Amino acid sequence: MKIVVLVKHVPDTWNERTLDLNTGWIDRTGAAVIDEINERALEVALAYQDSHDAEVVVLTMGPEQAKDSLRKALAMGADSAVHVLDPLLAGADLVRTATVLAAALRQTGFGLVIAGNESTDGRGGVIASMVAELLGVSQATNLNSVVIGVDALHGERATEAGTLTVSSVLPAVISITELSATPRFATFRNIMRAKKKPVVVMTLADLAVDTAPRADAITLAAQRTPARAAGIKIVDAGDAGTELAGFLAGKRLI
Amino acid sequence: MSHIITLIDITPAGEIANTAAQLLSAAARLGTPVAVAAVRAEITNNRQLVARISEHLGTLGAEQVYLVASEHVGVIMHWPQLEALATAATTLAASGVLLCNSIEGREIAGRLAVRLGGTLLVDALDVRQDNDRIVATHSIFGGSYLVDAAVTGKPAILTLRQSTADETPVVQHPVATINILDTDVAGAHSAVIEAFHAVEAGADRPDLRGARAVVSGGRGMQSREQFALVEQLAAALGAAVGASRAAVDAGFAEQTTQVGQTGVTVSPELYVALGISGAIQHRAGMQTASTIVAINTDANAPIFDIADFGIVGDVFAVVPQLIAAIAARDSAA
Repeated sequence: MKIVVLVKHVPDTWNERTLDLNTGWIDRTGAAVIDEINERALEVALAYQDSHDAEVVVLTMGPEQAKDSLRKALAMGADSAVHVLDPLLAGADLVRTATVLAAALRQTGFGLVIAGNESTDGRGGVIASMVAELLGVSQATNLNSVVIGVDALHGERATEAGTLTVSSVLPAVISITELSATPRFATFRNIMRAKKKPVVVMTLADLAVDTAPRADAITLAAQRTPARAAGIKIVDAGDAGTELAGFLAGKRLI
Repeated sequence: MSHIITLIDITPAGEIANTAAQLLSAAARLGTPVAVAAVRAEITNNRQLVARISEHLGTLGAEQVYLVASEHVGVIMHWPQLEALATAATTLAASGVLLCNSIEGREIAGRLAVRLGGTLLVDALDVRQDNDRIVATHSIFGGSYLVDAAVTGKPAILTLRQSTADETPVVQHPVATINILDTDVAGAHSAVIEAFHAVEAGADRPDLRGARAVVSGGRGMQSREQFALVEQLAAALGAAVGASRAAVDAGFAEQTTQVGQTGVTVSPELYVALGISGAIQHRAGMQTASTIVAINTDANAPIFDIADFGIVGDVFAVVPQLIAAIAARDSAA
């Protein structure tokens, strides 16, 4: 089975992340990494490949630097990578992004697509569902665990209301949560091998997707909110609980 | 005025989810509010129940209600809701569709945007009409930025971040107009729901999303048993329970309670952090709270940098005293 894992190159959450106030877009000049949830998605694919005949492809859409995330994924064990790279994609909204990813998936072919449940930068949590809808295949999203079979899969889906046991036919698009898998480390051998693995670059023209730069959701204005300052800080001398109650009562919070 | 559709959750017993008020209130600012729900035929066949639903939704501002009966409610993921929304949106040539930014809501929104050829914006704090377009305000990077975005394509599909903030008064309708439809779900392509395990409803505890007060515990709670102190303080404050990722990873709390970059984002009036150091990823999920209280043994914990009231001390000494003080005030009142 061919498994395609969706990957996003995102600003490192360990650093302060910034927006370009002119465009309202994420400032991508700072430190950036493969989104952690993508490593877990890839682990789900690689764990399946460990005991089954499977080809694992990683797919990203993003600027030149996104290649670093693909290299990381290849070093973890993915067989090959596809990079949709086109300057016309800057500022792409959710519908545009899903459309381009779906077009790339039609070209690569797939038995299963695995995505993270949401990225740490945009936090939309919609791309997997949209890609499945565009491709007209089944979907099972936000899975805490997944068991992949020959022509179907089963999993535990987490929602605010509770957990659902779900099943889906294949081919399908799934998304996984951070409970799904603990990613493996890239071994030195795999890091060396990754350098020789193929990275196919595709443009919008290659994908036969509308090349007019467009987004129907556009940013109008972006502003930085004032930073929070520290307030009162006391060391407990035996009555801090009572003092805190007084503070809360003063603010009418109790 | 153009129609704005809202997706309303109705339980099998006919109860309307508490997110309906926020959605219908927002819809009223953008056009004529319409409530759409996918329900089982047991509901649409029950005249009394239908009357009660239309009355309730009418008082929340709905001018029209579409109850779309489908035997696939609770059986096929997303599909009945998608069919219901697509049918109503097409029938009314709606200019917008509003959904709750829950896991279900946002995924249905994404699929609907594809299906209707619409434009999608998710996790809006607020929406408004600006000339002939809809503008939504978003909180980015844990509240560090506020961004306004406009929808130029139609229809606009938007999800709203859950909030209990006071709603603008809406025009109430004694009874909303009811339309009952059946859906044809041929060609459904979605996961099949085989079983549902509801989250344990903590007595009368509020939902984490949209709660006015949240008490969260971190690794400093030391064990799952001792995490009970977080729940006790939450009960005393009428607050929802949250947890840091470290506490979830250590097995002290359920993953659905995780607050932070990869969990729930909360913006309550009061946020109490117990034994939480306050890593940047945790702060991204709670730093827009109006008042932040932190108790931690480590005087250098970064959580103190954003706390309005910080106590360097042992949660197991301070919190029981706080609970006793709250109880004393309650009994004196």
